[in-house]
Amino acid sequence: MKEPAMTFTPVDYNPYDFANRRHIGPSPAEMAEMLAAVGVRSLDDLIAETVPSAIRQKSPLGWAPLSEQDLLGRMRAVAARNKVMTSLIGQGYYGTFTPPAIQRNILENPAWYTAYTPYQPEIAQGRLEALLNFQTMVADLTGLAVANASLLDEATAAAEAMTMAERCAKSKARAFFVDEGCHPQTVAVIKTRALPLDIQIIVGPPEALDPQAVFGAIFQYPGTLGHVRDFSAEIAALHGAKAIAVVATDLLALCLLKEPGAMGADIAVGSSQRFGVPMGYGGPHAAFFACKDEWKRSMPGRIVGVSIDSRGNKAYRLALQTREQHIRREKATSNVCTAQALLAVMASMYGVFHGPLGLRAIAERVHFMTNRLARALLAAGARVSPKAFFDTITVEVGVGQAGILAAARHEGLNFRKIGTDRVGISLDETIDEKVLLRVLRAFGIDGVPPHRASLSFPEAQLRVSAFMTHPVFHMNRAESEMMRYMRRLSDRDLALDRAMIPLGSCTMKLNAAAEMMAISWPEFSSLHPFCPPDQALGYREAIEDLREKLCEITGYEAFSMQPNSGAQGEYAGLLTIQAWHRSRGEGHRKVCLIPVSAHGTNPASAQMAGMQVVVVGSMPNGDVDLDDFRAKAVAAGGNLAACMITYPSTHGVFEETLREICRITHDHGGQVYLDGANMNAMVGLVKPGEIGSDVSHLNLHKTFAIPHGGGGPGMGPIGVKAHLAPFLPGHPESGGLAGAGLQNENHSGAVSAAPYGSASVLLISWAYCLMMGGEGLTQATRVAILNANYIAARLKGAYPVLFMGKQGRVAHECILDTRPFAGAGVSVDDIAKRLIDNGFHAPTMSWPVAGTLMVEPTESETKAEIDRFILALLAIREEIRAVEQGEISAEDSPLRHAPHTVEDLVADWTRRYPREQGCFPPGAFRVDKYWPPVGRVDNVHGDRNLICSCPPVESYRTAAQLPPAGVFVKG
Amino acid sequence: MKYTKDHEWLRVEGDLVVVGITEHAATALGDVVFVELPEVETMVAEGDEVAVIESVKAASDILAPAGGVIVEINDLLLDNPGLVNEDPLGAGWFFKMKLDDLAVLDDFMDEDEYNELIG
Repeated sequence: MKEPAMTFTPVDYNPYDFANRRHIGPSPAEMAEMLAAVGVRSLDDLIAETVPSAIRQKSPLGWAPLSEQDLLGRMRAVAARNKVMTSLIGQGYYGTFTPPAIQRNILENPAWYTAYTPYQPEIAQGRLEALLNFQTMVADLTGLAVANASLLDEATAAAEAMTMAERCAKSKARAFFVDEGCHPQTVAVIKTRALPLDIQIIVGPPEALDPQAVFGAIFQYPGTLGHVRDFSAEIAALHGAKAIAVVATDLLALCLLKEPGAMGADIAVGSSQRFGVPMGYGGPHAAFFACKDEWKRSMPGRIVGVSIDSRGNKAYRLALQTREQHIRREKATSNVCTAQALLAVMASMYGVFHGPLGLRAIAERVHFMTNRLARALLAAGARVSPKAFFDTITVEVGVGQAGILAAARHEGLNFRKIGTDRVGISLDETIDEKVLLRVLRAFGIDGVPPHRASLSFPEAQLRVSAFMTHPVFHMNRAESEMMRYMRRLSDRDLALDRAMIPLGSCTMKLNAAAEMMAISWPEFSSLHPFCPPDQALGYREAIEDLREKLCEITGYEAFSMQPNSGAQGEYAGLLTIQAWHRSRGEGHRKVCLIPVSAHGTNPASAQMAGMQVVVVGSMPNGDVDLDDFRAKAVAAGGNLAACMITYPSTHGVFEETLREICRITHDHGGQVYLDGANMNAMVGLVKPGEIGSDVSHLNLHKTFAIPHGGGGPGMGPIGVKAHLAPFLPGHPESGGLAGAGLQNENHSGAVSAAPYGSASVLLISWAYCLMMGGEGLTQATRVAILNANYIAARLKGAYPVLFMGKQGRVAHECILDTRPFAGAGVSVDDIAKRLIDNGFHAPTMSWPVAGTLMVEPTESETKAEIDRFILALLAIREEIRAVEQGEISAEDSPLRHAPHTVEDLVADWTRRYPREQGCFPPGAFRVDKYWPPVGRVDNVHGDRNLICSCPPVESYRTAAQLPPAGVFVKG
Repeated sequence: MKYTKDHEWLRVEGDLVVVGITEHAATALGDVVFVELPEVETMVAEGDEVAVIESVKAASDILAPAGGVIVEINDLLLDNPGLVNEDPLGAGWFFKMKLDDLAVLDDFMDEDEYNELIG
């Protein structure tokens, strides 16, 4: 539209209106055009035709919006209430220097943090390479054959290891042994996970292990109190009993210590946090998971593999995708999908930045500092344990504990409080001699003993094998090289910084810069999750205010911020329901009704919660079959525990029968779990807690603006009605922040390593809520629905649009049917890959219906970008028509050859369509053209020939020679 | 040849039964990329999950058609899972088992009945 002439008239224009000027894409004028195309008079009319009036919320969301400037001011004030100390608490969280080059080029770079999970490999080669580096680094350091591309946190990784051990072990025992040297939060999460699966947990010292009695065991190496010991004998005994050995470990320690693989371990887990990722009051950080080759197909989580593309060139992809819960459903042994991709990328870049020699030097520096600390304490007569340690020691202080902890705080330090008579101290790479002086002053000791390059563990525990021998870990480490490497990788990918990502069910909305800023501030990033509560008052204020707002948005009375992903939220919500049933003497209620259309994580989570899944059918229009639902609820009767309903449905429709489904469930004594994955269609319009639901998780990384980070972080807090509040997850280290469930002894156990999950990214969602205001959030929902209906209206002549509501409207996403083209030989894959040539990430493919594309534009996309997407899909439809009419065969068409690479462009052109058409279809930019670095990737080849680490390069064999310990650190 | 409703075929070979998946199932699964087989001498009951088959589209379980003991497995599938697609009724067999009771075979579908099922 042409700008009006600038004459002075007072206008109602607020340049600092974040919701309408920055977050929401279409301008008022564009919205008017879109409404006309949809065929409604106003946005309110559209909403009235889309959202059943019976479920609309009664009162609008109340709070006023903040401008970006005011938000940052508020954040500064809140940050100032947190107290930055040097935390030597350890227990799985350590200080680290985030290399500024990594902070600026990855953590604070939208090319990395706004990317989606790399399901479409052709537009994700950069982050796939970075994640492959992570896998290679982890496999090398642990001495195991394969590693995955991260898990949520160390404690959940340990719980996953337990269930995998149960699946893999030939032993028929029903117990799992947990070394008492494991971190308390790890023990707690394992116990939570074991309970519904009827696995008995035996906690004790390694000497107490009876290998015949267990299907597996986990040991911590080094132990939570610092012990370094060799578990080879225990592991051999476990193998003798056909049981599986798991070692929870620390990547930095493994640069100096004998690796778990050399002890015979089957599985190794841990956190990569101290590889350059700030503690962030609990996260997000990437946990790692590695195993022997023979177990790789049972490994949970996503795995990057190597395959070939259409030209036979090397190409990366996510391997074994079929194992993800959307396929295995109630037979799944894990519900992990979102992991911690962005943080795994950071940790892998930390590995590239330092290389094996640098990492070894850092490990030695930390170790020798700890050695000096121990010597000083021993010389002063203190009782220090253990004898063999890496970076952590325990000091017996008796009744003086409070005094020592206070003296430490006076020095700006946090020690770990252990029991009533000991303190623990863990050193890290940030600790220098000045800090060491302060640590000793807290014990009344003056001066630091001199550096000595001697090991504080037996020589036999020293690592002798090489690691990280691949050339990527040996590049020239000048920052100019590093910066360009990170840029090269991100340039290979399509993220939100280049184009709309219309993935249905994923809500790829704007992650605004102002929302992201605070997470890098030291007042938020450097807090240890188990620091004294009076040091985290800023976090408390932010979390409490976010909790209040989420309660207002959802109509629930309490929230738990612990779950680290949507799937973990589902699992935690079902555990909460189970704990409530148990409290009423109805622990026998196990049946969970789940519609066949549900997201695959639903049945997987129900299985993990020990529930019996009963599948409810769908009507031809995609709605839940109410008669079938009623019949199955009646059949379950007194055994009905819950139902899980996604709303709006996974088909993108506001079903009219939701209240009835809730009523039937409650009539039979069950609880309603409303999956909040599609909350972006409800905020401000519908409150789940008002329409009969008892529990929901919210995907903060969808609806509430946390970026997807290329496959994590995510957050899946759960909201509940008041009667369930006492049964929300608890945590052994609740940090004193009074929150629902944390203090109740009937709670449903810990589900995450940290009490508030990945606390630092909660700030993003809080900032989003503050800047949008109640009305802005509601307008965002309306526009999300408008954008989806606009696409449906413009495309329905070219592609059948499936599943509309009563009045012919879709919710916030629409499903385009491509099955009519199958007869001509054109597949949904062909269309998805052809969109890449147009510079777009494909919509969600073949879900919830095979052979369809599910499009979710979100409110953040402008009309111009949406029109470009429509243009691309209309042009693709014409290419399909040419195939249908026999002008060109499917095999010869640009659809099948998509995506087109620069290699294709410059090679001899033998195609049966013009070069111009192939490489520059109508949606593509001429100047800013996106070129995929590889042609179509061969999935079959990759899964049949599974390679999950960086392909070997012969020329770097010499790098494998590591000098002995003590060479790099000169005091 | 007999067929189960889970799209497995059973062929009697002496006192053993050879088990595989039907052409219809192999086509529906798409390119098979991995097969996990049971251990020889495993005792199984009807409906037990005895093998796993993964394709680029789906992961599914192969169920024991009846009670018995596994006596032989098709090792070739471990290195060449594509045999399931190339020759599902022949070289793509999964395992041989000795049934507790051969008479149960009468309960399974014959070819006509199976073809009607997959229509």
